[in-house]
Amino acid sequence: MSHLLEIDNLSVTFGGLHALKELNFHVDEGEIVGVIGPNGAGKTTFFNMISGMVTPTSGDIRFEGESLLGLDPNQVTQRGIARTFQNVRLFANMTILENVMVSQHCRTKQGVWGSLLNTAGFRREEAEIREHAEKVLGFFGSRLVGYRLEQTASVLSYANRRRLEIARAMATKPRLILLDEPVAGMNPKESAELTELIGKLRTEWGFTIVLIEHDMNVVRDVSDRVVCLDHGETLAQGSFEEVSSNPDVIEAYLGRPLEKQS
Amino acid sequence: MTAVTPGAATATELELVQKGAFDFDWNEAIRKGAIVALTLAFIALSGMPVGLDDRSLIEPILSMGYVALLWVPFVLGWLSGNETVLEGMAATKRGLRDVVRGDVIGFVGGLGLSLLVILLNAFDLRDPLVNWSPQLIELLQFDRGQGFGIVAWPIIGGVLGAAGAGLHLVSPRLRKAILSAVITVLLVAIFETFIVDVIDFLDDLLYEKQGGLKLVAAIVIAVVAFIASYAGAGRAVGQVRSNYHQATGAAKKSQTITFIAIAAIALIVTPMITGKITQELLANIGIFLLLALGLNIVVGLAGILDLGYVAFFAVGGYTTAVLTSPNRGEDWPEWFPIMPWWGALLVTIVVAALVGLFIGAPVIRMRGDYLAIVTLGFGEIIRILFLSDWLNGYFNGAQGITNVPAADFGFAQVKGTDPRSVFYLVLVFAVISIYVSWRLERSRLGRAWMAIREDESVAEAMGINTVNMKLMAFVVGAVLASFSGAIFAAKVGSIFPTSFLILVSIIILVVVIVGGMGNIIGVIVGAAVLIGVLGGPKQPGLLAEFSEYKLLIYGALLVVMMLQRPEGLVPNARRSRELHQDEFLQDAWLKGEVDTDDDDEPGTEVQGALA
Repeated sequence: MSHLLEIDNLSVTFGGLHALKELNFHVDEGEIVGVIGPNGAGKTTFFNMISGMVTPTSGDIRFEGESLLGLDPNQVTQRGIARTFQNVRLFANMTILENVMVSQHCRTKQGVWGSLLNTAGFRREEAEIREHAEKVLGFFGSRLVGYRLEQTASVLSYANRRRLEIARAMATKPRLILLDEPVAGMNPKESAELTELIGKLRTEWGFTIVLIEHDMNVVRDVSDRVVCLDHGETLAQGSFEEVSSNPDVIEAYLGRPLEKQS
Repeated sequence: MTAVTPGAATATELELVQKGAFDFDWNEAIRKGAIVALTLAFIALSGMPVGLDDRSLIEPILSMGYVALLWVPFVLGWLSGNETVLEGMAATKRGLRDVVRGDVIGFVGGLGLSLLVILLNAFDLRDPLVNWSPQLIELLQFDRGQGFGIVAWPIIGGVLGAAGAGLHLVSPRLRKAILSAVITVLLVAIFETFIVDVIDFLDDLLYEKQGGLKLVAAIVIAVVAFIASYAGAGRAVGQVRSNYHQATGAAKKSQTITFIAIAAIALIVTPMITGKITQELLANIGIFLLLALGLNIVVGLAGILDLGYVAFFAVGGYTTAVLTSPNRGEDWPEWFPIMPWWGALLVTIVVAALVGLFIGAPVIRMRGDYLAIVTLGFGEIIRILFLSDWLNGYFNGAQGITNVPAADFGFAQVKGTDPRSVFYLVLVFAVISIYVSWRLERSRLGRAWMAIREDESVAEAMGINTVNMKLMAFVVGAVLASFSGAIFAAKVGSIFPTSFLILVSIIILVVVIVGGMGNIIGVIVGAAVLIGVLGGPKQPGLLAEFSEYKLLIYGALLVVMMLQRPEGLVPNARRSRELHQDEFLQDAWLKGEVDTDDDDEPGTEVQGALA
């Protein structure tokens, strides 16, 4: 059976630094996979590489059976992989609605003539874009809709900016979403709520999800499978319990215990 | 006793602090005075006073040369009185103190000119400073000898500085009336040629034969303006404006339509009743407006800083000239057609789009500063190609292409000797360009451009093909510029490489920046103010006398704008937010618009706001 996303022997080097070393990884349709690891483990490089922002040195990435190597980030998005950013990167001076509308760019096609002549096709497409945007924003309750639609993204609180980032990724109509620390900076209550929403992203929207997260509660609650990276290598794979009890993983996070303590 | 004493209500208000007449920051005042002195000396040595002295404003007492100097102490005197009033903090009571401070500033500034008079008399520095001339000495001494000049300037400066500062003492209404009287007189005097061009009979009524307002006329105008302002003529305009801002939905739409209709009628009717000077001026504004609208898409929307925009203007002009003029280069093959202007326009649009693609393709992969420098290079390359010996057989090099015929539409001929027809043609294309800008801004493409401007990498990660989108902005900009080039060719009747200097690019960019980047109304205002008043690279504006100092004024204006109002005269709401992010967020916080994360039930706050 072929996997939705399949990564074979993938390496990325920056100069002499091996950001990722012969990584093997796969995601199946409908899975939620957590990627954990200490700082500098190569988690974000891993995402950058899948989304086409970093070119791997060797190895192959296949999505739906086709290689993603050599594609630009926009083409990767076009294929159906969307992502969010660890350091929230919204279009701060565009409105919330526009942020979500603009990310449907690769799913729409009206060009100069449509907008100049205001054709029926153009108006229909604009209406569809808007409708889809409101539907996506509505997923987060009433936080991002109503009067907020016309406000700029810069007025949003930190947690809402993270939500808007996810909404923006959802609007590109992907099959696979890469979430880079979706709950960073949120309080426990908000984290719990977002964890629930991530679950709904799969059940209600049918997305497959890979998430990088430091909050182990979230990883435990939401992931079917966990991968732990350290120094660009896979330390452990498996269920959360397996990975979290793996001695190598504990060592990577906490360090080696002092000489034989009783 | 439950009655509240009348005094109790006002007791909570902070009382104004009364300070002594000499109790102010002397260091600051003297520093400002030194600024006045330096500015005055700079203006004097720039040659502006002497150059403009022939232009009389109010005969026989005031020439434009003196106005170029006198405004400085007045304005700084006024500015010195500006104090930041903080809520909850006691403000200082206005009084003699302000006047004394203004006086000191003006006096110190005047001393600067006195010093200059002494230096002018003692040394001859004409070699490095061309304007170190006997005429300047005479002007600064009022033709009355060194001693008079030395004594007079500090006094004049002091009086003007005090007058400027004194404006703070009078009520706002009175201040407005005084200012509008002064400004109206100056405007009526400065725009003499223009006013006479529009309303012929005023010539003998207001102005002397050799130019300049009659003294009596000046006084009458001042009194009329004063009374009109004091009686509240300005408030009617303010009322309409606030009505407009408060209106919503259908009411706002109908008001907008009314406004556009009035503007359209005014634009159509104006050239019919005015003389040639005004028509020429309007045509020039229009040509540069077309360019600025195109550049606004490239720079304002897509955020591509194109410093070589003149290239597309040149391509438009040359293509039209080659296709219409019998005097084009000799190397064109026989079969290459000569066609009417509108046919040439269609070809020009295609050629401009192709050139846009051709220049854009290598340039567009760069970002930021690198891109700006490369476009600067391409702007020059295009001009030098037209000038080169290599293509001499096609474009006639420096001789240019002459005898470009008028644009013939059957019912009308558009040519340079008939500026009114040029204006109407420009107006048609300006409407097209405005429509294009307006539609594109609100479309899928406009949003993609904005996203690229905000953060190019993220835009790409969100599925926007940034290379294609940026190229498209480049091409749309090129096509709009080619409209302008085609009209320019028909208007001037000849095309030379010197019409397309790098200066044109810079002036268009200044128009866009000063007007308000990313805002169509702003660009229109920018073109009207800069090209209309100061003039284009080679075209005279209303202040034809200033053409020698045009670049100096452009530069000064740009610096002042960048410091005081970086978002432009008519700012784009989005862009002004970008530049004043902190203040904006603070405002939003005060209004309760910034959400905090502590809403217990998600959405309660929102539902409250909606209800």
